Amino acid sequence: MRYYLEFEKPLQELECKIEELKRLSDGSNLKINSEIKNLEKKAREIHSHIFSNLTAWQKTLLARHPERPYTLDYINMMTSDFVELHGDRLFGDDPAVVGGFARLGRFPVVVLGHQKGRGIKERISRNFGQPNPEGYRKALRLMKLAERFRKPIVTFIDTPGAFPGLGAEERGQAEAIAENLMEMSSLKVPIVSVLIGEGGSGGALAISVADRLLMLEHSVYSVISPEGCAAILWKKGGEIGVNEYAQAAQALKITAEDMLKAKVIDGIIPEPLGGANRDPEAAAKNLQEALLAALEELSLKPAGKLVEERYKKLKKFGGFTGAAKPA
Amino acid sequence: MTWFKKTKAELKKVKIPEGSWVKCESCKEIIYRKEMERNLKVCPKCNYHFRIDARERIALLFDSGSFEEADALIVSADPLSFKDTMPYKERLEKNTGKTGLTEAAVSGTALVSGMRVSAIIMDFAFMGGSMGSAVGEKILRAAERATDEKVPLVTVSSSGGARMQEGIFSLMQMARVSAAIGRLKGNSIPYISILADPTFGGVTASFAMLGDVIIAEPRSLIGFAGPRVIEQTIKQQLPDNFQRAEFLLEHGLIDMVVHRKDIKCVIAKLFAHLSPAP
Repeated sequence: MRYYLEFEKPLQELECKIEELKRLSDGSNLKINSEIKNLEKKAREIHSHIFSNLTAWQKTLLARHPERPYTLDYINMMTSDFVELHGDRLFGDDPAVVGGFARLGRFPVVVLGHQKGRGIKERISRNFGQPNPEGYRKALRLMKLAERFRKPIVTFIDTPGAFPGLGAEERGQAEAIAENLMEMSSLKVPIVSVLIGEGGSGGALAISVADRLLMLEHSVYSVISPEGCAAILWKKGGEIGVNEYAQAAQALKITAEDMLKAKVIDGIIPEPLGGANRDPEAAAKNLQEALLAALEELSLKPAGKLVEERYKKLKKFGGFTGAAKPA
Repeated sequence: MTWFKKTKAELKKVKIPEGSWVKCESCKEIIYRKEMERNLKVCPKCNYHFRIDARERIALLFDSGSFEEADALIVSADPLSFKDTMPYKERLEKNTGKTGLTEAAVSGTALVSGMRVSAIIMDFAFMGGSMGSAVGEKILRAAERATDEKVPLVTVSSSGGARMQEGIFSLMQMARVSAAIGRLKGNSIPYISILADPTFGGVTASFAMLGDVIIAEPRSLIGFAGPRVIEQTIKQQLPDNFQRAEFLLEHGLIDMVVHRKDIKCVIAKLFAHLSPAP
């Protein structure tokens, strides 16, 4: 059965009814057929109505939707000859980050990303998509490999954040992230990153310093989760719940439109009605188109120019005022 | 009237002046404040390093009167028009009133035993030393200044991490400053990172852990995630010295733990070693 979010409930009722009717009819009863058509039309209207007005919190829930395609789903749907590589060569292999060689259209690429699991068992083994330092170090190893063999890099972002664990601290979680940020800023090959679901703070940023940063329509990107933000800001106010999360999500400006307005991202990739979870193939097609367009453009730039432009792009981010820098 | 007949209110009147004694946060010893201050705000009994502000840090680290502040006018533009229990702009003003600083980091150039350096000093008292756009820009410029002028960079971190009130803009600072440190390293400019209590989150996960040499003050708390978050996540009690400077040293994450009084001497020595071979 399909998983419905709270705000999709009106749609759920209708779709259940349609299913029911379809089951009962053998397709020969014209009256029932036209009734189904009517209901389907109504369902589409309700659906677009709900989705034309999503709040930041609703988008957060969509970005975390358990049926949303994950990194490996996209890799399988839109690349060929994928060979997954494992391990950071230092400590272990982190299943919360996956990556390897693949062919994307006419481009041989190195593709990597956060990986969440499906079903309880896999979710636990993938640590809910929260990498340990090994995950970031594996990612860096693959990206260095890409640089040596001059392959463009494609990264997919989908994590609640870097794992806050004892071992992660002992093995240098902060250092692993910092190292990636620094190294990615000067890699001599094109980097395209796409937020496909949750972009949770430093753990997301650590594989998304890119020449082109894109977001799927219903993904979010934030310095702190709305829950975390609410807990810090309203801890003195007593009970914290969905209302506070929604308020925090709104205040943090975490949606794709917010990011585009702030010029943090370069584009929004549209999703099928109801989100990528409703039609993964269609989402993958849009994603592939956007990636190919970005790669076509970036592949024309010489390495030196690429790195220079990436630094310039980074330098532009900032909501500060003050004295102009002397020339 | 005998003393035991005095009411509580009368007894309070003869209390010693407020603040001449402080309780050490580590060994709980009551220390005479002046003695503690003479000792560079280090507990004379247990060596606990109290937090110090940016001015005190500058006096401690650099040759007397050599510090020249730069980029003092860079302040946050409140890019999200953020408001929680109070508007962010008001919160910034309040913190300026409290600390006399305009942001959580002071930037500039100074001399360390006669050697010119570019420097960033964070101050935890200003919004928990959090890194927003202004702090990020100051760090980026300090790193670029070091690269352009071919002088070493020294940073002193003390921060809760990225500043929530600037949302994604704060997160982006992590990438910006790391990129600037990368350029510095590419030009073989030495960089020493000093970690003071506490250093966490987006600051540790960017420039603070990228030093060629990383020094921490004794017993400072340093990490990526805060200890409470970790405890809630893994539901285990954390080891005693978890995320202390000594713990990081043991795990190979920093180079040394140095007493506050010796830091200047140590960095002068290190910079001498790190200057390019003739």
